[in-house]
Amino acid sequence: MGLEIMDDVRKDFVRNMLSEGDREDGRGFREYREISLKRDIINKAEGSACVKLGDTEVLVGAKLEVGSPFPDSPTEGVLITNAELVPLASPEFESGPPNEKSIQLARVVDRGIRGAGVIDLEKLCIEEGEKVWILFLDIHVLDNNGNLIDAAALGAIAALQNIRVPNERYGLTGDETLQVHDTPVDVTMVEIDGTIVVDPTCNEENAATNRLTVISNADGSLSGLQKTGSNGMKEETIVEMVELGIEKAGEIREKFLKVPS
Amino acid sequence: MKKEGEIEFIKDGKRVDGRRFDELRNIKIEVGVLKRADGSCYFELGDNKVLAAVYGPREMHPRHAQDAKMAVVKFRYNMAPFSVDDRKRPGPDRRSVEISKVSREALDPVILREYYPKAAIEVYVEILQSDAGTRTAGINAASVALADAGVPMRDLVSSVAVGKVGGEIVLDLNAVEDNYGEADMPIAMIARRNTITALQMDGNLTKDEFEKGLKLAMKACQQIYELQRAALIGRYNKDESAKSKDRGT
Repeated sequence: MGLEIMDDVRKDFVRNMLSEGDREDGRGFREYREISLKRDIINKAEGSACVKLGDTEVLVGAKLEVGSPFPDSPTEGVLITNAELVPLASPEFESGPPNEKSIQLARVVDRGIRGAGVIDLEKLCIEEGEKVWILFLDIHVLDNNGNLIDAAALGAIAALQNIRVPNERYGLTGDETLQVHDTPVDVTMVEIDGTIVVDPTCNEENAATNRLTVISNADGSLSGLQKTGSNGMKEETIVEMVELGIEKAGEIREKFLKVPS
Repeated sequence: MKKEGEIEFIKDGKRVDGRRFDELRNIKIEVGVLKRADGSCYFELGDNKVLAAVYGPREMHPRHAQDAKMAVVKFRYNMAPFSVDDRKRPGPDRRSVEISKVSREALDPVILREYYPKAAIEVYVEILQSDAGTRTAGINAASVALADAGVPMRDLVSSVAVGKVGGEIVLDLNAVEDNYGEADMPIAMIARRNTITALQMDGNLTKDEFEKGLKLAMKACQQIYELQRAALIGRYNKDESAKSKDRGT
């Protein structure tokens, strides 16, 4: 009960600051927190990345295993994206089976990767109808200070960018790199009292009337959208957020996902 | 998104099922079809057959999940095992958990939850037969069922999907279009206020296509709203001529 009062206090704090043109950490409304991206930090994983988005920290690991394809797609490998909100990462997270928050996080990240055709799943086929690579993308949240989706999605693409397919471990010849065909970037914005704010902190997420994640590709097209929150939005706000999302995605891609040629 | 090109989606300006680009499938709405529920609705959208039931407001269990300021809306989207080509394993999977969350958030804005602190308003949607667009049909059915239950609401919520097939932006994808098309974008809105309460997209769209699709969906929601309204009025008219037991085959 006491906590509920604190929630209200924090919400008012965020809203009051915004009404004075300020954010709790002094950022501009359309400014991301500082992003740092480290690749290849887990030796046991075929690809990995750690993303820090301000105080938010997410680790993504990719593992490849040999398994059976789905009956309706015998020539395609399988991509499975999963997210764990472990209790280490936030006082609000509890251990237990995946809940709707972790499922949504995993599915939104997954949607961008599929929509953009990042991985050619046919390339992950070893033997039609029998053996394919199962690519597990596991999102492990380490510190939740807001905007897990953007951090996880960036980590996911970075992890995919340096995957080595462990052919030799499974008696196949020669390890090879996995080709990545696009670099979708998730940009999450919240609307608080009619103001659009990019890359929300936890307090801003809680104070938000609405949240929209815009996933866009290198060519500026969209490969996914997800609205969250129990309030309605105006068409103009959504269109504005989509434009802003595409713009911000371009900046992040340029800085972090450009493959040196 | 998947293998297209093998299917001719557009022929002579018509779609695989003969519809125009901006044409909805047939919609049938029945109100108050279940005895035990406080409110209910049967909704058909083309080959989709969906039932929604509302219970409450009633006591929220578990109690620690109560909200001291307003009612909690519980929404469960569930597919019957026989509703799809390959039997669906019973029980919630990741897809249905996400759809339940998005659907609940689509309805939250119209429900006067602050009237019932600590209570639960429970919405149960069962997909009996599925042919793409089940979540939109579920939201439409739930909205009508909530009204039928007498839950105080600001307005109705209407929902529809738009998508891209054969390079065209089209309304209300059927199963073939959804499975092999290029993009799918379900939305929900409060039609009379032009306020969007749910928005998702998967696949690939340009920004212009997105804006065109959004406009198309918003227009169609107005049509669906009129049908929902007519169904509710029909149910509560004295000569209950609209009351039919026909629940399809």
